Amino acid sequence: MNLLLEYLGDPAHWTGADGLLRRIAEHLLYTAITLAIAALIAIPLGLWIGHTGRGRVVVVNIVNGVRSVPTLGLLFLAVLLLGPRLPGDIAFLAPSIFVLVVLAIPPLLAGAYAGVDEVDPQARDAARGMGMSPWQVLVRVEIPCALPLLFGGLRSAALQVVATATIAAAVSVGGLGRLLIDGQAVRDYGQMATGAVIVGVLALLVDALLALVQGLVVSPGLKPVPALRTRRPNAQHPEPAPQAG
Amino acid sequence: MTWFLDHVPQVWSLLVTHAVLAALPLLLGLLVAVPLGWLARRYPRLYPPVVAVTGLLYTIPSLALFILMPLVIGTGILDPRNVVVALTLYTVALLVRTVADGLAAVPDHVLQAATAMGIGPLRRFLAVELPLAVPVIASGLRVAAVSNVSIVSVAALIGVPQLGSLFTDGFARAFLDPIVVGIVASVLLAAAFDLAILAGSRALTPWVRARGAR
Repeated sequence: MNLLLEYLGDPAHWTGADGLLRRIAEHLLYTAITLAIAALIAIPLGLWIGHTGRGRVVVVNIVNGVRSVPTLGLLFLAVLLLGPRLPGDIAFLAPSIFVLVVLAIPPLLAGAYAGVDEVDPQARDAARGMGMSPWQVLVRVEIPCALPLLFGGLRSAALQVVATATIAAAVSVGGLGRLLIDGQAVRDYGQMATGAVIVGVLALLVDALLALVQGLVVSPGLKPVPALRTRRPNAQHPEPAPQAG
Repeated sequence: MTWFLDHVPQVWSLLVTHAVLAALPLLLGLLVAVPLGWLARRYPRLYPPVVAVTGLLYTIPSLALFILMPLVIGTGILDPRNVVVALTLYTVALLVRTVADGLAAVPDHVLQAATAMGIGPLRRFLAVELPLAVPVIASGLRVAAVSNVSIVSVAALIGVPQLGSLFTDGFARAFLDPIVVGIVASVLLAAAFDLAILAGSRALTPWVRARGAR
């Protein structure tokens, strides 16, 4: 703990090309890029599968299968395969983002799919009975009702990405993982502890921010959401379960 | 492929270590999570804090936890116990809520029937509630198992040998074969864990199948 305070207390550690502020900014940037790409892929796909009911088996298998792929191995593989084809710093950054996107897709996909799939069939029927087109049913009824679970998926994806972005430092990318890897190289426990604590705090802040957005976006009619609290992990309905990175 | 054939014994021994490092925390985590889950179920006021605190454990990156463990429990940095304790924490984080929810899902009339038959609280928990919660707990355990197998490999960055060592080794030499072998072995191991837990859960809950067959 003293080592941690000592490290944090030194202003020289905060600014500069490899200062804490720069590392935090990098870490947040990687997280944001990853989540944006993963959301663009996973959310439309999940909504489509939930809406049409097609390809459920595929979702369950993708979610469970991708979870079992070791992120570190995939990262090294991606860097060795893609790296030589890319210029400069991108050679390490792009493969790292790719691996983080792979990691973020399962919870997002599961959240979007389960959200739409668990919409009360009566609400769906009522919407159809009012003469809504399939598109209107999706946009006006299913998506708003799916938001709590969708946000659940997004938040667990964000937690995973913030935590796992640290191992990208193993392939000489920036971010807070640098403190862990560089600190370990020179046995600087203060630096490592600082990195670990800041990542944890960052994860909590990102989660709190998303919770705030969720509170603003989700319709008041859907709160409180007992379904989200009491859901149980189930092989048929993959919960966007948290997974540490 | 030739690399794999030349290194079968080495890969096998890494696989065994990997399996132990992933399995031990599952057992320890389960042992810790069951009483905690029982507490959270028995005293509903404890549920939110217990779930929140254990959920917090998940925000700590595994790499950071592996590195910081020696400071907390006083082991050496290369000690495999760091990995076991860290993964136990993650397992507990995942299972406490599952256990509590699984116990909560046991129907009330079953508990009343058990009480009416004169079964005491402890025996009721061990012989009625826990067995009925097995399917739910097992599904949580499967998630934990798959994620443990994946996280163990991160320990290669701090030098604890297991399948992840194939990743660091291959990366250091820019050689794909060990990395691919490591990924495949790791995925197969996760699948084996998954199937084993599923089989165990089925064996412990014969009534589920009987109901399905009717």
